[in-house]
Amino acid sequence: MKTFAYGIHLDKYCKGATEGKPIKEIPPPKRVILPLQMNLGCPCDPLVKVGDEVAEGQKIADSSKFISAPIHASISGKVVKIEKLPNPCGFDVDAVVIEGQEETSHQSQVTSKKLVEEQAPEEIRKIVREAGIVGMGGAAFPTHVKITPPKDKKIDTIIINGCECEPYITADHRIMLERAEDIVFGARAIAKACGAQRIIIGIEDNKKDAAGKLKKLEIQILKTKYPQGGEKQLIKAILNREVPSGGLPLDIGVVVQNVGTCVAIAEAIKFGAPLIKRVVTVTGSGVKEPQNLIVRIGTTFEEVIAQSGGLTEDAAKLIMGGPMMGLALSSLDVPVVKATTCILVLNRKDAKIYEEQNCIRCGRCIKACPIGLLPNFLADFSKLKDWDKAEEYHVADCIECGCCSYVCPSRIYLVQYFKVAKKELQTRKAVCR
Amino acid sequence: MPIEKFDLSVSPHIRAKDDAQSIMWWFAFSLVFPSVGAVYFFGFKALILIVVTTLSAVASEAAFQWFAKKPITISDGSAAVTGILLALIVPSTLPLWMAVIGATVAVVLVKGFFGGMGFNIFNPALAARAILLASWPVAMTFWVRPFDAVTTATPLYLVNKLHQAVPNYLDLFIGNRAGSLGETSILMILIAAAFLFWKKIIDWPAPTAYIGSVAFFTLLLGHDPIFSVLSGGLMFGAFFMATDYVTCPVTTKGRFVFGLGCGILTVLIRYFGGFPEGVNYSILIMNMMTPIIDKYAWPKLYGGKKNG
Repeated sequence: MKTFAYGIHLDKYCKGATEGKPIKEIPPPKRVILPLQMNLGCPCDPLVKVGDEVAEGQKIADSSKFISAPIHASISGKVVKIEKLPNPCGFDVDAVVIEGQEETSHQSQVTSKKLVEEQAPEEIRKIVREAGIVGMGGAAFPTHVKITPPKDKKIDTIIINGCECEPYITADHRIMLERAEDIVFGARAIAKACGAQRIIIGIEDNKKDAAGKLKKLEIQILKTKYPQGGEKQLIKAILNREVPSGGLPLDIGVVVQNVGTCVAIAEAIKFGAPLIKRVVTVTGSGVKEPQNLIVRIGTTFEEVIAQSGGLTEDAAKLIMGGPMMGLALSSLDVPVVKATTCILVLNRKDAKIYEEQNCIRCGRCIKACPIGLLPNFLADFSKLKDWDKAEEYHVADCIECGCCSYVCPSRIYLVQYFKVAKKELQTRKAVCR
Repeated sequence: MPIEKFDLSVSPHIRAKDDAQSIMWWFAFSLVFPSVGAVYFFGFKALILIVVTTLSAVASEAAFQWFAKKPITISDGSAAVTGILLALIVPSTLPLWMAVIGATVAVVLVKGFFGGMGFNIFNPALAARAILLASWPVAMTFWVRPFDAVTTATPLYLVNKLHQAVPNYLDLFIGNRAGSLGETSILMILIAAAFLFWKKIIDWPAPTAYIGSVAFFTLLLGHDPIFSVLSGGLMFGAFFMATDYVTCPVTTKGRFVFGLGCGILTVLIRYFGGFPEGVNYSILIMNMMTPIIDKYAWPKLYGGKKNG
């Protein structure tokens, strides 16, 4: 079975609680918080002001920058606040707060053009941009940018990412089971936009039932291994091509898109629907009723958790995303954003606190690193603030998957040191320029 | 909501089961096999020696850390492992007070002075053995036959230096020969090594390269390769010393080079040096080479950029 080099086999995947549960839509909340940046790249400027009436699907923020995605109102109502509020994306931006009004029913759409698949590539890109679509796998990179290859780069293959290698999360698995038609539609639209001939969907062998639904696409079953769903690992496993260090998949003629992104594209093209909802897996030992939900962007975690039976008494850790790369949050008072694949709550027993010990040089991190880095040495350089040395040891190539930290018997938070080092090097480059 | 504030920490939020402590104690457990072999062949004396070195290693670590005002880390098992390893690489006749000095030297001088767990350059047990050998050469080379404790020389000395006939392979394999406590029974070493492989605590590159290169170069010099592998401390060194995390290279490539270097040095010392056996010094010399091996033996980087 195809796979990539190194990486890790996790002790347990914990997907059982939700993988059999169909996706369920929760009622629209009374109030949504929409941070003005939910994508990698540039923030948006608000198009509304406090007191404005907005309709569901109305564009409320946009940017003139290329690497950005507009934001739409996810409920109809009145803008009550535009100010800095806690958000889970880590961006220091304002948020627009909309409060719903009972009587509103106007459902105006921004782009309500119903389009067939045989649309010009530029048209598809425009729809994708106007719908505010970003990578739904958690990275939230604006999709229209990804499907706009530079003229000198020929794209031959589109890879659809159905790996979902993070433990606990089952959103993509359910999407593949329930929305196969839309995935195929979206994938073809992406191929059209990029001028690619071949579409391959990569699925881990613990989700073979999903493969059965997607027979219209070329299917590649992959070994269940973390991080199989990492863009670079997926390309290596399926096509045996390597993204050059510092480069993009575009450089080797590939575009990778997540299954959820395909569905969002299909909805935008078919119904002119902007991205105002997404599938979120709510799970973990700290949640009473784990399930897969369709949630409006901007709904608070508190509301989503309330819809899932609430927290258990011993809930101890709240994570947005999976346990390997997810972000721990201090409170439920934050909104679901476009990147929220999962709300994971761990109880006291599962949320262990680890204390760092001396490195014993066992070399497990090296055997785990899917990039072929030397995490033990990189951590030393980072601790010593020797950024030159860190650069020489290719810290910039780190994909932050967390394999090294996971296997480390001395419980060193390796990947955190690399994030710091990468940030330092970026800052330095920006200053020098 | 029952909880307002949640734990905050950086990702990943889950970790593998094995931690440094459990690895160390499993390693100590594996040494039970050669220890049992030692007691079987060399009697109760062997058990006393093992207990004394282990206790004195642990006690000296605790005393040193208390004196140096550092956290006491004897529960991590590394001092205990050093103590057991040291007992297994000395003759059964070694006076206990020398064994105590050896264990103290290993833990305090070779490890503690260099910064403790993870920072020592030399394998503590091997370095202590080298120091004991230099200090009390007679006591450290006073070998007895198993069971009857009649004074004799090791097979390596008899064959390579006195040109006697190679003993029966089965006796060598089972451990019915003179030598250090733990090195004689290849059978027990292989059982322990199999356990460590199964627990994924040690990996193949260093032992394979070490044992393979000793056999190969011995054959090249026109000697018996099977005898070369079954005698002396090669097997013990290859599986328990050349796989030590702290003092050996970290990458697969590096560990292979390390094993190869140990093999070449061992053969050179055995056939061209003054000592009958060269495992101890080979590994110590290669310990010194570890930083430079680490500097060049990089894994292949994803994305094709040139390494190193």
